[in-house]
Amino acid sequence: MTRELDVEFVSLTKRYGETLAVDAINYHFHAGTYACLLGPSGCGKSSTLRMVAGHESVSSGSILLGGRDISHLPPARRGTAMMFQNYALFPHLSVTENVGFSLKMRGVEAAKRAKRAGEMLELVDMSAYGDRLPAQLSGGQQQRVALARALITEPQVLLLDEPLSALDPFLRIRMRAELKRLQRELGITFIHVTHGQDEALALADEIVVMNDAKIEQAGKTRAVFDAPATAFVARFLGSHNVIALPDGPVAIRSDALQLGATKDARLEGRITNIEYQGTHVALTAAIAGDQEVTALMSDRDFFGAPKELGEAVGLDWEGQDAHALRA
Amino acid sequence: MTDSSATPSTAASAGSPRFALSSHLTGWLMAAPLALVLTVFLVAPIVMIVVVSFWGATEFSIYPAFQFDNYEFLFGSDVTYRVFFNTLKYAAITWVFALLIGFTVAYFLAFHVRTQTWQIALFLLCTIPFWTSNIIRMISWIPFLGRNGLANSTLISWGVIDEPLEWLLFSDFSVILAFVHLYTLFMVVPIFNTMMRIDKSLIEAAADAGATGWQTLTHVIIPLTKPGIMIGTIFVVTLVMGDFITVRFMSGSQSANVGRMIQNDIGLLQYPSAAATAVILLVTVLMVIGLMLRFVDIRKEL
Repeated sequence: MTRELDVEFVSLTKRYGETLAVDAINYHFHAGTYACLLGPSGCGKSSTLRMVAGHESVSSGSILLGGRDISHLPPARRGTAMMFQNYALFPHLSVTENVGFSLKMRGVEAAKRAKRAGEMLELVDMSAYGDRLPAQLSGGQQQRVALARALITEPQVLLLDEPLSALDPFLRIRMRAELKRLQRELGITFIHVTHGQDEALALADEIVVMNDAKIEQAGKTRAVFDAPATAFVARFLGSHNVIALPDGPVAIRSDALQLGATKDARLEGRITNIEYQGTHVALTAAIAGDQEVTALMSDRDFFGAPKELGEAVGLDWEGQDAHALRA
Repeated sequence: MTDSSATPSTAASAGSPRFALSSHLTGWLMAAPLALVLTVFLVAPIVMIVVVSFWGATEFSIYPAFQFDNYEFLFGSDVTYRVFFNTLKYAAITWVFALLIGFTVAYFLAFHVRTQTWQIALFLLCTIPFWTSNIIRMISWIPFLGRNGLANSTLISWGVIDEPLEWLLFSDFSVILAFVHLYTLFMVVPIFNTMMRIDKSLIEAAADAGATGWQTLTHVIIPLTKPGIMIGTIFVVTLVMGDFITVRFMSGSQSANVGRMIQNDIGLLQYPSAAATAVILLVTVLMVIGLMLRFVDIRKEL
C-alpha cells in the first residue's frame, strides 16, 4: 500500500512566459503523510499544488504518483482531488448535489449518488445540512462540504490550497484538528499549501519550505524546525534568532537563549522590549552590529529574576543549540 | 433590535416634534424627484394612451368618449391576430439566434480571452457598430442583399447560383437578419456580465470532478448564467416586439408587425385605434416578461 502511492516531483518546473514560478524542484512524499508546502506568497507553492492537481500545465519535469507519470493527465484521472481556497462550491446546487457532483458526471444513478453523498456528509459531520445551498452555510460548514466533495472521488492524494485561510482564528484551530483526524482515518496523502508556519507545524509530518521558486529546505517537520538550514527558513518558521557571528550566521531558538550576567557570556546586549505573553515572557535585546535577538523565558523564570528595560544582559546558549546556516 | 431603533426616534420626538416630522418629510423629498420624472414621462403618457384608446374617431376627427369600439374592432379582425402572430414569430426567431450568437460571444470573451485588456478591447469591438445609427446599420444591408447586390453577384460569379436569390432582401429573412444584427449585443452584454462573475475555480472544481467541457457548460456555466440570459432575453424580446422601422425597411413594407400597424393608424390620424393597439401590445409584452420571470429569478443580478 505505502510504497506504490508515493508522490514524486522530478525537476518539476513552471514558467509563465519569462518568469520562473517553480524552478526544477525535486521531492519525494511518502504515501500516507500529511505534508505542508510552506512559504511566503509568490514562492511557487500554489503553482506546484495546481500542477499536481492538473489545473496548471507542467512546463517541464514530471509528477509521479505511485511511479506513474501523471503530469499530463486530466485532473479527474490523476487520483488526486483538490480542495480550493474559497471552497469553489457550486452555488446553484444543494450540499448533497455538490458532494455527489462527480458521481453525476460519471453517470451514477440518482439514488446511489444520494446515498454515497450522504455517507461522505456523515464523515464530515454535515448530514443535517444536505438540502441547504452553499450560501446558507457558514465558512466552516462550507469547508466541510468541500472536503466531502473532494473525498467522494476516493483520491489517493488530497490537495488543499490554503484551506484554513478564510476562517476566523478560533475555527481555524478546530478545523485544523479535523483535517488531521480525517487524514489519520483515511490514511491517504494530504498535500496542504499554507503560508502560516503555525498551521504547518501543527499539521504536517513533513514540511517543504519554499522560497523564490525553489525548495529551501524539506524533511520531517521536527527536523526542519530544530535545524533550519538557511536564514530564510529560520526566520520564516519563527521562534528563531538569526545571529551573525564572526564564523558565520547561526540560528538559535529563542527559548534556547539564556539571559544572565554579562560576565563570561557569549554575547552582550541591552534589553529593548519586554513582552508578557501569558505562559512566557519575550525579551528583545539589542546586540552588537545593530542586531536584535529575542529570548523566550518562562513566566516563572522571568518573574523570579525580573529584568528592566535598558538593562545590560549576557546572552548564552548551549553549543548544540546553535545551527550554522548556509548563506 | 426594537430597542435600538425605538430609542432615537422617541428621543427625537420627545425633544422636538418638528424634527421628527421633518425627518419623515426628508424621505418623501428624497423620493420626489424620481417620482416626478417617472410620473411625467412614464405614468402620464401610459395613462394618456389608455384613456385615448377608449375614444372615438371619424375619418377627419377624434372625440373623447368611453367606448369599446376600438377594442371590438381589433379583436374582431383576423388581421390583428396575424400581425400579432408575426410579431411573436419575429421575436422568437430573433431570440433564438441572438441567444446562440450572444452566448457564444460572451462565453468566448469571458472564458477564452485570458487578459483583461483583450477582453475590454474585444468587447469594445463588439460595440463599434453602435457608433452609427440604427437606420444606417440597417440600410447598409440593402446594397449587400439586393437583387444585384454584393451577395447575389458574388454567389453568381462563384457559380453557386444562376439566378439572383429573391428572398435575400425584402423578406422575413432580411428582417430577422437585421434584428439579429441590431440586437445581439443586448444579449452579449448581460450574459458576459454574469459570466464574469462566475468564480473560475468552479470550472476547475468541475474538471476535478471529472466533468467534460460539455458537462461543465450544461451543469455549471449555463445554470449560473441564467439570470444574464433572462435579462438579455427581456431586452431582445421587448425591442423586437416594439420595433417598426426595421420591419418597414427590411421587408420593403411587405410584412407587418404590431409596430407597423400602430404606425399606419397614426399615419391615418386614427389615434384611438393606435392607442388601443399599443395597449394590447404593452399587455402582451408584459405577459411575455411575466412568464419568463416565473422561470428565472433575476433579482440578484439587479
